[in-house]
Amino acid sequence: MNYNWNWGIFFEASPEGTGTYADMLVSGLLWTILTALCAWVVAFTIGSVVGVLRTLPSRAAQAVGNAYVELFRNIPLLVQMFLWYFVLPEVLPESWGTWLKQLPNAPFYTAVVCLGFFTASRVAEQVRAGIQALPRGQRMAGTALGLTTAQTYRYVLLPNAYRIILPPLTSEFLNNLKNTSVALTIGLLELTARARAMQEFSFQVFEAFTAATVIYIVINLLVVTVAGVIERRVAVPGR
Amino acid sequence: MTSSAMPPVSPVSEPQAASGAAPGTGPVGTLLTGQPPVTATTGPMIAIDSVSKWYGDFQVLTNCTTAVTKGEVVVVCGPSGSGKSTLIKCVNALEPFQKGQITVDGTKIADRKTNLPKLRSRVGMVFQHFELFPHLSITDNLSLAQRKVLGRGKDEAEAKGLALLERVGLKAHAHKFPGQLSGGQQQRVAIARALAMNPIVMLFDEPTSALDPEMVGEVLDVMVELAREGMTMMVVTHEMGFARKVAHRVIFMDKGEIVEDAQKEEFFGSPRSERAQTFLSRILSH
Repeated sequence: MNYNWNWGIFFEASPEGTGTYADMLVSGLLWTILTALCAWVVAFTIGSVVGVLRTLPSRAAQAVGNAYVELFRNIPLLVQMFLWYFVLPEVLPESWGTWLKQLPNAPFYTAVVCLGFFTASRVAEQVRAGIQALPRGQRMAGTALGLTTAQTYRYVLLPNAYRIILPPLTSEFLNNLKNTSVALTIGLLELTARARAMQEFSFQVFEAFTAATVIYIVINLLVVTVAGVIERRVAVPGR
Repeated sequence: MTSSAMPPVSPVSEPQAASGAAPGTGPVGTLLTGQPPVTATTGPMIAIDSVSKWYGDFQVLTNCTTAVTKGEVVVVCGPSGSGKSTLIKCVNALEPFQKGQITVDGTKIADRKTNLPKLRSRVGMVFQHFELFPHLSITDNLSLAQRKVLGRGKDEAEAKGLALLERVGLKAHAHKFPGQLSGGQQQRVAIARALAMNPIVMLFDEPTSALDPEMVGEVLDVMVELAREGMTMMVVTHEMGFARKVAHRVIFMDKGEIVEDAQKEEFFGSPRSERAQTFLSRILSH
C-alpha cells in the first residue's frame, strides 16, 4: 500500500477557511453531542410516557403504547430520517412544508426529532420491562395507601423501575449517541460527516477516520463512567 | 361519607355483636394515639353483601356475605386458593368484583361515584410480603402517603411516623432502608405505615406467612396490642393461636365460599361444617 501518513494534517488549515482540520472535527463533535443530548431528552420523555401507557390497566392506553413502539422500532432509522426530512414536508399542507424546508438548521431539528422518536420506542420497552419487573404488591401497596395511579407511578413504581433499567438505559444512550451519525445523510455536519469531509479534502482517509473512531470511543467511555457514578449514587442501601 | 348519607345496608346478615370488643380508641400512649373520632355509624364498619368474582370463567368468590362491626376482630381462614386473600382485597377495591356490594363505613365501594383513593386512605392494609418501598428510608416510607394523600406537612408526618415506630419498637431504625431490616421488622414498619394514616379499619393479608418462624411472634404481638386497643380488624391468617387469643369471630372459606362464620368459641369448639372440621384437624394436629 502506497500511503502518505501525515498526522500533522489536523493542524493544517481546512479548505473551509475557518480553521484547521482539528477545528472541523471538534465542530462536528459538538454537533454530535448536542444532537445526542437533545434527542435523548425527547427519547426519555416520550419513552417514559409510552412505557407507562403500556403498563396501565386501560386497554386503550396499552394499545396506543403498543402502536407507538411497533411503528417506531420496526422501521430502519435511515428510512425514518428520510421520511422526516424528505417526505414529511411534501405531504404536509404547502405552507407548512415550505416553512419546514426553510427552517435554519433543519437537519439538526429533524435529526433530534427523528432520533428522539426512534430511541423513545426502545426506551419505552425498557421502562415497561422495569415496571413489570417490580413485585405486583408494590403497586397494590401504593394504591392501598390512597395514592392515585399517577402518584403511585411518580413516587413508587418509576423510581424503582428506573433504578432497575439503568444499565440497559445506558446502552440506549450509547446507541442514541452513535446513531447521530445516520443524520449525515440528511446533511447534519456531525462528527462522521466532518471526518468524511476531511478525507475528501485531504485524502488522509486513515487519519480522519482514526480520529473519528478514537473520539467516539472516548466520549462513549466517558458516558459509561458517568453512568457508573449515577448507578452508585442512586443505589438503594441494603439491596 | 357521613352516617346521614349512608343508605340502609341491604340484606347483609346482621353481624353478631362483638361482645368482647374493647372501646373504639385506645388510651394515650397506644398504637392508636391521635386517632380521630370514628364516624358514628349505626351499621357495620364493613358490610360484604353477596359478592361474587370471576377470573375469566373461573369463579373465585361465590356469593360471599358477612359483616364486621366497629371494634371487632375477624379472622378469615381456609385452605390456600379458597379466596380469602381475594375477598380481603375486594374490601378496599384492590381487586374488582363483578357482583354484590361492599360497604365500608357507609361508603359503597362498587359505586362509580366513590372516591376510591380517599376511601382506601382510611382503610389500612398489611401485605404478606410487607411491600415497603425499597428506595425510601423507613421515615419516608411512613411519611409518603401522609403527605401526598392526607396533605400533612413534612414535620408533622415524620413526627407521627416516629411516634408509631417507637410503638412498634423500631425508632432506632428510622433512618435505615427496608432492605436493611429483617422480615419481622419490615412487617412491623408496614403496620406502622398503615396506622400513620389513622385508619378506621385494618386489613391484614397473611401478615406472618412470609416470615421466618422466629419473627412471627414480634409481628403478632403488635397485632394483638392493636386488637386490644379496639381497632377494627379483618385478618387473613393461618395463625390459629392469634385467632384464639384476640379474634371475636372466625370466617372459614373454601372454594370461594364462606362456609362458616361463627363466634370464635363456637368455631374452635364445634365447627358445624365437615370442611371446617377437616381443616382445623389438619392445621391443629401438630
